[in-house]
Amino acid sequence: MKRYFKDIWDSFYTIGIGMGVTFRHLFTKSVTIQYPDVKLELTDRARNRLYVNMDDCIGCDQCSKACPVNCITIETVKAVPPDDLGVTSTGNPKRLWVTKFDIDIAKCCYCALCVYPCPTECIKMTDVYEFSEFDRHNLLYNFSTMTPAEVENAAMKFEKWQADKAAAKKETTDKKKAAGEKPQPKKQETGDSNKNNPPDENKSES
Amino acid sequence: MVETLEQFLPHPLLALFIHAALPMVIVFPYVLFAVWLERKVSAHMQDRLGPMRTGGWHGWSQTIADMIKMIQKEDIVPSRSDKFLFKFAPFLAFMGSYAAFAVIPFSSEYIGAHLDVGAFYILAVTSIVTLSILMAGWASNNKWSLLGAMRTSAQIVSYEIPTVVAVLSVIVATGTLNLMTISEMQSGTIFNWLIFHSPFLFIAFVLYFISSLAEVNRTPFDLPESESELVGGFHTEYSGMRWGMFMLTEYADMFLVSLLGSVLFFGGWNSPFGDFMSGPIWGVFWMISKGMFFIFVMMWLRWTLPRLRVDQLMDVCWKYLIPFAFVNLVLVALWEMIF
Repeated sequence: MKRYFKDIWDSFYTIGIGMGVTFRHLFTKSVTIQYPDVKLELTDRARNRLYVNMDDCIGCDQCSKACPVNCITIETVKAVPPDDLGVTSTGNPKRLWVTKFDIDIAKCCYCALCVYPCPTECIKMTDVYEFSEFDRHNLLYNFSTMTPAEVENAAMKFEKWQADKAAAKKETTDKKKAAGEKPQPKKQETGDSNKNNPPDENKSES
Repeated sequence: MVETLEQFLPHPLLALFIHAALPMVIVFPYVLFAVWLERKVSAHMQDRLGPMRTGGWHGWSQTIADMIKMIQKEDIVPSRSDKFLFKFAPFLAFMGSYAAFAVIPFSSEYIGAHLDVGAFYILAVTSIVTLSILMAGWASNNKWSLLGAMRTSAQIVSYEIPTVVAVLSVIVATGTLNLMTISEMQSGTIFNWLIFHSPFLFIAFVLYFISSLAEVNRTPFDLPESESELVGGFHTEYSGMRWGMFMLTEYADMFLVSLLGSVLFFGGWNSPFGDFMSGPIWGVFWMISKGMFFIFVMMWLRWTLPRLRVDQLMDVCWKYLIPFAFVNLVLVALWEMIF
């Protein structure tokens, strides 16, 4: 009998405690983050979308070799005198035209293995993670800043230079003037539709 | 009320129809609000936010959007089900629940029907909801639905006894079954409310509240639905607006027992401050706010307590509530004799 009333008292008492807990939580700050409006700051080493700073790229192909899923495709053409591509911000001389630098971000597994071997630290992970697309092909990012015409020009010059070198080495000084103006790498190519613009470093494409 | 309406309207039948549909004007917005409130209360008790987008301010129109979605949904009837019973059950459920609103005095001027047996009528007519749940569970031709429906009937048959006895304690104290008269008897200040009439009526209220939770299948007594074990129980096979009707019935039932509780114990449409803020319009306000308070307590309990097991459910009813209710009834009667 004593047990019976104690049970009743205990049940009311524990329900009271439980209701107190839930009532307190009614007024505690919620942990929900209203995602599109509020975003959590990512950690320093968060691995998201890749970005390549083409000004610093020397076309060494090390990132492509390091990639475990082969999502980076690099093609280069040797720059011939008198074209001087200058040096990177880290002081490495640039000796190659990077005619193609494609990253298929759809294949990318965000391992960041391509980031470490880069001698000029030009390929890096950004904190951009909102880059979904309706078409998978839009996820193939072309980072190369050269237009097809410039690529052709560079390739032509390299072939010519090789042929000339094979023919006669003493004539190179004369040929240099006839080679025409040197191509200037452009930052943005607007008229070319079969080429995606490289994404901005810190901006997501919506 | 009907007489007043008849003076303005061309046909007496039209006046009757409007008179009958008036609780609907309260019940429908209330259900939309209560479903939203349930989501917000549950969310905040779990440190979440709940709906925040729809409509702008804290997702206020989420239930309106849900209702539009439900109306657009396909009306699926299982091929091996009992078609007539299956289609009819949700409507019968809401009929049973809405019929009970007829005797709830929403204000000193408005009551659907002046029945002298109002309290008895409510207890009798709400049993139709049980019947419809049993109909839905049987007609679905689904073992989970049938299990849910059988649990419902077992539960409601058991819990009707303490409910009735708790209501009977009030009847012993007031000497009438007419809910309007009971409300009028409690007019004046807060101390005239029946909950303060005697300590035994307070116990009667606690008994009434617990057993009414079971009557409307709310947690911790929500075994008929038990979404985690019976995948929704009796309404597993329902979709679209038919399912919506069951949801509507559930919330309307919650409102009904809360209103009945406030009429029987908390003064109904009476203002707690005597003449201050009292009148027919304030009556509606007090009635609905008292009802909403109990609905909040029900939600609060739902997000605090886990569901009981079937044997615990029966234990609570037969070993605790029923003995207490009967002893309490005798004590209330003795109190009335002595004082």
